Amino acid sequence: MTISRRDLLLGGAGLAAGAAGMSLLGSGPARAQSALKFTPEPGASLRVLRWSPFVKGDEDSWLANTKKFTELTGVEVRIDKESWEDIRPKAAVAANVGSGPDIMWVWFDDAHQYPDKLLDVTDLADDLASRYGGWYAGPEGYAKRDGRFIGIPLATIGNAICYRESWVKEAGFSEFPKDTQGFLELCKALKANGHPAGFPHGKAVGDGNNYAHWLLWSHGGKMVDENGKVVINSPETIEALKYARELYQTFIPGTESWLDVNNNRAFLAGEISLTANGVSLYYSAKNDPKLAEMAEDIKTTNLPIGPVGESVELHQTTTAVIFKYTKYPEAAKAYLQFMFEADQMNNWIEGSNAYCCQTLKAYASNPIWKATPLHEPYAKASETLRPNGYAGPLGYASAAVMADYVLVDMFAEAATGQRTPEEAAKRAEQRANRYYRV
Amino acid sequence: MSVSADTITAAPSSRWSLSRLAHDHNFLGLLFLLPAAVFLLVFLTYPLGLGVWLGFTDTRIGRAGVFVGLENYELLWEDQIFWLSVFNTILYTTVASVLKFALGLWLALILNERLPFKAFFRAIVLLPWVVPTVLSAIAFWWIYDAQFSIISWALQRMGLIDAPINFLGDATNARASVIAANVWRGIPFVAISLLAGLQTIPPSLHEAATLDGATSWQRFRYITLPMLTPIIAVVMTFSVLFTFTDFQLIYVLTRGGPLNATHLMATLSFQRAIPGGQLGEGAAIAVAMIPFLLAAILFSYFGLQRRRWQQGGAD
Repeated sequence: MTISRRDLLLGGAGLAAGAAGMSLLGSGPARAQSALKFTPEPGASLRVLRWSPFVKGDEDSWLANTKKFTELTGVEVRIDKESWEDIRPKAAVAANVGSGPDIMWVWFDDAHQYPDKLLDVTDLADDLASRYGGWYAGPEGYAKRDGRFIGIPLATIGNAICYRESWVKEAGFSEFPKDTQGFLELCKALKANGHPAGFPHGKAVGDGNNYAHWLLWSHGGKMVDENGKVVINSPETIEALKYARELYQTFIPGTESWLDVNNNRAFLAGEISLTANGVSLYYSAKNDPKLAEMAEDIKTTNLPIGPVGESVELHQTTTAVIFKYTKYPEAAKAYLQFMFEADQMNNWIEGSNAYCCQTLKAYASNPIWKATPLHEPYAKASETLRPNGYAGPLGYASAAVMADYVLVDMFAEAATGQRTPEEAAKRAEQRANRYYRV
Repeated sequence: MSVSADTITAAPSSRWSLSRLAHDHNFLGLLFLLPAAVFLLVFLTYPLGLGVWLGFTDTRIGRAGVFVGLENYELLWEDQIFWLSVFNTILYTTVASVLKFALGLWLALILNERLPFKAFFRAIVLLPWVVPTVLSAIAFWWIYDAQFSIISWALQRMGLIDAPINFLGDATNARASVIAANVWRGIPFVAISLLAGLQTIPPSLHEAATLDGATSWQRFRYITLPMLTPIIAVVMTFSVLFTFTDFQLIYVLTRGGPLNATHLMATLSFQRAIPGGQLGEGAAIAVAMIPFLLAAILFSYFGLQRRRWQQGGAD
């Protein structure tokens, strides 16, 4: 659901959110509406650990906003970066040892692995939600446990198909197919023209999981039911696996070994005609003068809709958590509150060039989403995402199943023909049961 | 008065015992051992003990576990991925160690000959060893890339193949590729260590054997090899241990893929413990490596250090 300015004005939080909306248009200060005030402790300083940026503007904007916070409050904030795959182990160590950064940007269901070690930020989350149109349900689910916020939903890294328009037209498709069957036909035609598609079937944490979850969910399969019972071995899953097998035949050889970066490389080298990725892929081409021609030819679109009849994707979510061990909880909350205020958050979303999708509904009207049609498929990532481990609860088991690449392996086994779809689904069921056991 | 009398008698006794302790070799020995013992206890025994203990608990990240006995091991016993990783680890260690030994010994024998620019060659041989593993792994990652491999490119240019080789996407190719990368990296350690061993063999033995009409193979078999065996035992023990516990190379190249065909016990242990959050099970996998490592050490100790054999006697 998209919230319009009219909805905002009519909603329960109408007045405050309306003011926020106005501020998005540059006509009023949002901070004036702040319902809660967090006063940093005397002498407070903060350490923030974030993932290394994929889009330079993201980091520049975040640092500039942080500087503003320091100037305003006197609280020094040190921001460290880690490769995005190292965030999970670092956060795990910090949680276990009880020492490390005060604030961390974690992925997916990380926060649900150590909820007891995280500061309850329900007051801050509710304050922001009341003034900025509320949280989108998907990112909120990743940050909330037992009705309390254990983190602040920071952003969703949208995933969408990036394709070469000229090659798609050359293959006889005037527009990009919207359904999975049409998509398969397109990939076959592209392959016949010497422009294969490419999605990772290797241990690609981000892209591999995005692709595998889309395959499964678009065909109606799911890992577990609402009670956490493993139901992956289902006719819907078998259909998804058969589809994956057919799609795989249209791929460039070698996708079984692809890690997260390989599809980017192959796409930018003109080896593949389409793949799914964050918008950073487009900007890699756009910012390289040698690839100017290719950048002109790149278009983006959402992944096709399967038999379930609706768009279902995993995307990648990131949540800002404050560890309980922090000496300066008020300063940490004040910092996050400041960064989520309209001036800063709008600046950051724009700086990120559509890489980071807002988690608060009021920011959906940020002009970045209309800046180019290429951004549009990424604009609703927070709104349409389906959480990991759907339809069960988020927690240790959902995180462990993803970390063990159960879905990614299942699709790779069936797609490459190493196992029949039935065998692959059964094996995934056995593996998932190890984690979802009572 | 009685108090002072006691003091007077006690004081010489205390001085006497201190001075006696200062000259007591056993006490001094213990005293000087203490720093090293503390170091070993804190940095080796404690982590090892903690790891073994964690393997018997269901500890997860952010949650202290409770003792669950052998449950982790029972679960692993039924886990096909675990057994695949055991197979992969044994295959990886065996093939890589044999190749490293054969090629390393060969290289050491060549470097022990009189060669022009001997020092230069000896230095250059060490390069793969001194380059950080992660850097060389990234280089191999490019070499084995599914689309941009230089090997595939060169072979295609020469007209020997039509399509790029699927180095890391096919299970057999991937295993061979990671083993090749490990061998490339490990040869210098074996070669240089064995070269050092070769140089301790007195030339007079070779001269005497030559005078007696021994062929070069006989000199190698009856002089070089027996004299080198103690070094080989130590070098290969280390080499096997390094290979068995390898992590970085696999983590950079394949993350254990394709389809877990290159997952080693070390990489699986990490995957389960840290990204997967199951510290208990991860620790159990790591502990399961210990019997294999002990077996390797015992084999080299008892199998390769038989002195009678070294001295030309029967086994």
